[in-house]
Amino acid sequence: MTTWQTLVAIAGLTVVSIVTRGFFMFPRRELPIPAWLREALRYAPLAALVAVLLPELAMTGDHLIATWRDARIYATATGVLVFCTTRSLLGTILAGSAVLLALRLGLNW
Amino acid sequence: MSASQPVWRHPEFKRGAREMRDVALGIGAWGLVAGIAMAKAGLGAALAIAMSLSVFAGSAQLAALPLIAQGAPLWVIWATAFCVNLRFVIFSAGWRPYLEPLSRPRRLLVTYFTVDFTYIAFMRRFPQPAAMSDQLAYVAGNATMSWISWQAMTVAGVVLADVIPTRWGLGFAGSLALLGITASLLVDRGTWIAAAVAASAAFAAFALPFHLNIVVAIAAAMAAGILVDHLAPSRAKAPPSGDAA
Repeated sequence: MTTWQTLVAIAGLTVVSIVTRGFFMFPRRELPIPAWLREALRYAPLAALVAVLLPELAMTGDHLIATWRDARIYATATGVLVFCTTRSLLGTILAGSAVLLALRLGLNW
Repeated sequence: MSASQPVWRHPEFKRGAREMRDVALGIGAWGLVAGIAMAKAGLGAALAIAMSLSVFAGSAQLAALPLIAQGAPLWVIWATAFCVNLRFVIFSAGWRPYLEPLSRPRRLLVTYFTVDFTYIAFMRRFPQPAAMSDQLAYVAGNATMSWISWQAMTVAGVVLADVIPTRWGLGFAGSLALLGITASLLVDRGTWIAAAVAASAAFAAFALPFHLNIVVAIAAAMAAGILVDHLAPSRAKAPPSGDAA
């Protein structure tokens, strides 16, 4: 792509960000959200996180991790353990990253 | 926002920023990875930084990059980003009751700056619509924190792309932040079941193009959650809130 084409692509992507994030902000008139939908919506971010997380933590390509020699298994387990015991996000990130780095660099997992 | 004092003096601004502080580390790690990816896709520093500053959507940027690199048609690039961002369309329905009194441009300004984490933190802080000045100050504080950490680390990633080895798996710090947030949302039977359903659906639908399995997972989890709430109400209905006031 030329620089100009890339700039057009980026401008379009910016429009996509604005339109998707603000999708239901566009109608001018009041937009009543039915009660059942409001209730259901409280599960939406949780589901989105789980769906985004699944391939990052537990999948290689298009299948589940099939080996024990994957540093992510132990880093994830450490993260879960730290979070459940301390409820600290910072601790979860640091401890999990430390385990991942140690296994990647030490054992080449 | 309040005319009498600048928004960053508002207590809700500080609270919003504080509640994003730890997550910002994970967002920064992702920003670094996205910056490296943009530089390695051959975008050039100026375009990479322009993209990060204006698009401000990590997953959509990462999905669009290889398409830009291989010169795919523009509509394919935009459609891909749209599908990756579909979860925000669903979130925006959740935003509407909170932002109803604002003008359309101001509503759009708020939603443009709210990434997944800001949406989650906001809904935890405000289970019901509250005073607009409080809401906006909280969003401003939270979004400022995430925006700065994302943009600063993206620029760092672009500049340091050749120095930072990718096999360190730095992006995993972002996944760990996500893991902690997800765990904090699991507060009752409904949320556990919804999460299990979401994971199964996301895996079963993984072969769908454009990350559409995320939308399938959201729809399935919403249906499952509402079923649990109505068939077996276990306690007073409260939104998933850890320590919300």
